[in-house]
Amino acid sequence: MEAYDRLAAARAKGRPTGLCYIRNIFTDFMEMHGDRRFGDDKAIVAGIARLCGMPVTVIANEKGGSTKEKVRRNFGSAHPEGYRKALRQMKLAEKFGRPVVCFVDTAGAFCGISAEERGEGQAIAENLTEMMALKTPVISVFIGEGGSGGALALAVADEVWMLENACYSVISPEGCASILWRDSSKVKEAAQCLKMTADDLLRLDVVERVIPEPADFSEVYETLKTELYHSLVLKKAEEIPALLQKRYDRFRKFGAT
Amino acid sequence: MMLTKNLFKKPGNPLEWYDGHNKNSMPDIPDQMCISCPQCKAILLTGDLNENARVCPKCGYHFRMNARQRIGLVTDGDSFRERDAKMRSSNLIGFPNYEKKLWHARLESGENEGVVCGTASIGGFPCALFAMEPYFMMGSMGTVVGEKIARLFEYAAANSLPVVGFTVSGGARMQEGILSLMQMAKTSAAVKRHGEAGNLYVAVLTDPTTGGVTASFAMEADVILAEPGALIGFAGPRVIEQTMRQKLPPNFQRAEFLLEKGFVDEIVPRRGQKEYLANLLSMHQRGNGHGSV
Ligand SMILES: [Zn+2]
Repeated sequence: MEAYDRLAAARAKGRPTGLCYIRNIFTDFMEMHGDRRFGDDKAIVAGIARLCGMPVTVIANEKGGSTKEKVRRNFGSAHPEGYRKALRQMKLAEKFGRPVVCFVDTAGAFCGISAEERGEGQAIAENLTEMMALKTPVISVFIGEGGSGGALALAVADEVWMLENACYSVISPEGCASILWRDSSKVKEAAQCLKMTADDLLRLDVVERVIPEPADFSEVYETLKTELYHSLVLKKAEEIPALLQKRYDRFRKFGAT
Repeated sequence: MMLTKNLFKKPGNPLEWYDGHNKNSMPDIPDQMCISCPQCKAILLTGDLNENARVCPKCGYHFRMNARQRIGLVTDGDSFRERDAKMRSSNLIGFPNYEKKLWHARLESGENEGVVCGTASIGGFPCALFAMEPYFMMGSMGTVVGEKIARLFEYAAANSLPVVGFTVSGGARMQEGILSLMQMAKTSAAVKRHGEAGNLYVAVLTDPTTGGVTASFAMEADVILAEPGALIGFAGPRVIEQTMRQKLPPNFQRAEFLLEKGFVDEIVPRRGQKEYLANLLSMHQRGNGHGSV
């Protein structure tokens, strides 16, 4: 499949969103709202749940299903308070020794006046430094779109996994085509050039694992449930300094010469 | 502060609002004698402007300045020692025309990459220092920019040195795809470790600082300074106008706006930066029994 077809699948109407994963993989989910600074960003859902009985912190982009819900969720594009809410829950996970699971599905952080005046750049930057040093295991799973810094702000993790049709890119192919070539008809070419599919990113060592998407989607949830549990149990057994060194090295290697 | 003429031998590239990543929009007129100030419209001689640290003598407008001019302006004499000077980017993901773009950028800037790193002293106080290069693909962050900055923070951490960094960037370098995005995490990791060891990091945000650089090391400093009027933001103004379908207020995303909103500590005009930085470094000397030990 071509890169652009993957992207179309990642964006397709009816594709399961963040909350579907939370409901199907975990039990006893308790949502925790708000960043204690400004408000509650509905583009990011965060809380505590059990994964095969083990307490974990779960954070997910939520794009919304129906049109009304999409608007309420701002189409999954978070404001600074969304990233700050996520970070607050991650710090609590660290405090109580819970692993963190993030589900990433966003076209990007919100690009608007409200986001800029509350410090979108600062909020993302803080998540990058704090997640890098978070003293508990983190696994991020790309389930749909992974757009730029707004996706990375939930993906500074010990392992990053991607669904077969998920994408992850520094810029949308639309943005790339219009900025670089001033030609919006070159979107498919841009998608190809950016190397944004799960296979591309596996080859580039940006992700550790690609989760297949069989016709029966419930298998995806079953696979994730089992694999997340086993991986997190193993990571929980590691010494924290070793875990953090590996996380540092995981990102330090990109472009190192 | 004395400014010598030969600091500014390199012809400055004029003024044009530089939109995003398109090189074509920036005219290359090296021998231009006169420049019109975009703020007060005064006609200035290029030589006079360079002697005045590329600040309009009439209204204080800060013109864009290359990395070596900046380093010359704030560091002591010939104290600057460059590190990783020869690192060059290659076309890691096989992006169309990237080699050609790199070649043009090297020619236009006279630099190998979009950031100049090294060590120097400022007012007698040693530090590690980086200055991003606006004339190299608008200081966009690819793997080499990320690598040089990460190495600088690691070197500074190993030698207990403060880091002073001047940012100017259109954001991540899309020709390196996801690998350029990973530089945000990589540089943040190095900044974090440097800071955890008790070292000072001061960032000076200059016009424009946007995208992935704003959302990583520009906003991660202990002290964040900005030049007057500098555009600083995550999303670029044009993208926001498209999203909002409305004109933006005049000072939106300018340094003064960020100061008002609480995202920069102080606005420091170019002429006062050396003294300001020296004073800041002097108050963060390690092991003198006063500052952090
Ligand atoms: Zn002027």
